[in-house]
Amino acid sequence: MLPLVTKNLGFKVNGAILINDLSMTLDADGVSVVMGPNGAGKSVLLRLLHGLMEPTSGTIRWAGQAPDEWLRRRQAMMFQRPILLRRSVRANMDFALRQRARGNQREKIDALLGHVGLKDLAERPARRLSGGEQQRLALARALALEPEVLFMDEPAASLDPASTVTIETVVRELKESGTKVVFVTHDVAQARRIADDIVFLHRGRLLEQSDAVTFFEQPSSSEARQYLDGKIII
Amino acid sequence: MQDFAESFAIAFTLVVQLDPDLMEIVGLSLKVSLSAVAVSALIGLPLGAALGMARFPGRSVFIVLVNALMGMPPVVVGLLVYLMLSNAGPFGWMRLLYSPGAMIIAQTILITPIIAALTRDIVERLHEEYADYFRSLGVSSAGCLGALLWDARYSLLTVGLAGFGRAIAEVGAVMIVGGNIDHLTRVMTTAIALETSKGDLALALALGVILLALALTVNASVMLLRGTAVRTAYA
Ligand SMILES: Nc1ncnc2c1ncn2[C@@H]1O[C@H](COP(=O)(O)OP(=O)(O)O)[C@@H](O)[C@H]1O
Ligand SMILES: [Mg+2]
Repeated sequence: MLPLVTKNLGFKVNGAILINDLSMTLDADGVSVVMGPNGAGKSVLLRLLHGLMEPTSGTIRWAGQAPDEWLRRRQAMMFQRPILLRRSVRANMDFALRQRARGNQREKIDALLGHVGLKDLAERPARRLSGGEQQRLALARALALEPEVLFMDEPAASLDPASTVTIETVVRELKESGTKVVFVTHDVAQARRIADDIVFLHRGRLLEQSDAVTFFEQPSSSEARQYLDGKIII
Repeated sequence: MQDFAESFAIAFTLVVQLDPDLMEIVGLSLKVSLSAVAVSALIGLPLGAALGMARFPGRSVFIVLVNALMGMPPVVVGLLVYLMLSNAGPFGWMRLLYSPGAMIIAQTILITPIIAALTRDIVERLHEEYADYFRSLGVSSAGCLGALLWDARYSLLTVGLAGFGRAIAEVGAVMIVGGNIDHLTRVMTTAIALETSKGDLALALALGVILLALALTVNASVMLLRGTAVRTAYA
């Protein structure tokens, strides 16, 4: 499915430019981390790449192919606020698996829930879980789909340390197994831990795209420099 | 004209002794209104859910229409069904007028818009919340419909109860198309109207008490359902 290539990508709503003339390429290997201050357009970019919204200008190509329903079914997305069904943890897993026409997979569900540390909570209502548990369920549910590309929109923002560790561990495992991870975070320390390359957004523009070492050692834009120094950039 | 105290006493005995005439009337009321709710749910739930989910031109016109139909006066519904089912009407050949069937039809027409409109509102809000996930996952339209109806089940049960409450308490429509015929189409509301006008307050009071108890039960069930749904986070 990769590389992913965007050309002059733009997204406008009621005159507000949320993504502005964004051209970039994401390669098959490594974890790509999208960074930038709140409101930079990170979530909008992910939704465009996954095909949940149509760009208002420019193009997106997955190995030359425009996003469509079939490409989307080979990808998975974890939303910034997990969208969980009003059902038990297990039923949430089951619903996702059924969409891929795989029958009763009790063992697979148990294994995945065990993997993210939710085994004992399988029969609990999903929406009664803590924030960290909800994100881990969203992760297990995404893993169940065995996606080739996984979008993760700030999955570890304001989570308990254990959940953060689980999520980062899974990201590393996915990388080793050849799944492309596109990970949004505005936590610099987290980006340092998991990123292979960085996409730095500011006000809907791509300010920088480089490998992680270069980005953290010698950011080329002054915005990125200030951002890494922990300054507020406007 | 009986005096009030005596009427109350007789009414009380009628209820406690499960008087056969009384029970027949209550039974028919329940049969008619529960059938009407069942048919209305069969039509109104998918219709409302589809309206809540789909985006098509003219959708808002549809919604305004359904919402307007929700406020139809029962006597008007009764009149329309009467015209349809009377010998001169297009469905006169079915010979349904003055039968429980006609009453079920009238109540169904009365409450289907209520069920559809309330379902539309509930499903639309749930769909807004789920839409991104369903799109990401690639869920079919039928799959979305089923999942939304299932996840809204507690709220939708209260919708059914609201429809039942309206049907069982309604008098105008069943009076016109049923005719309040003893042992055939006499239900609680029409019986109360008749007995009161005849001055037989005991039977009217007994029926009134049962109707009130039913209304209370329906409302208590709604509250209980809401409470359960919230507690288990399935709402
Ligand atoms: N569907 C939308 N319609 C209008 N404005 C939107 C929409 N989605 C996001 N925005 C706006 O776009 C900007 C970028 O949002 P977002 O991508 O969520 O930022 P972040 O980088 O924090 O994820 C914000 O100002 C937000 O209010
Ligand atoms: Mg965001």
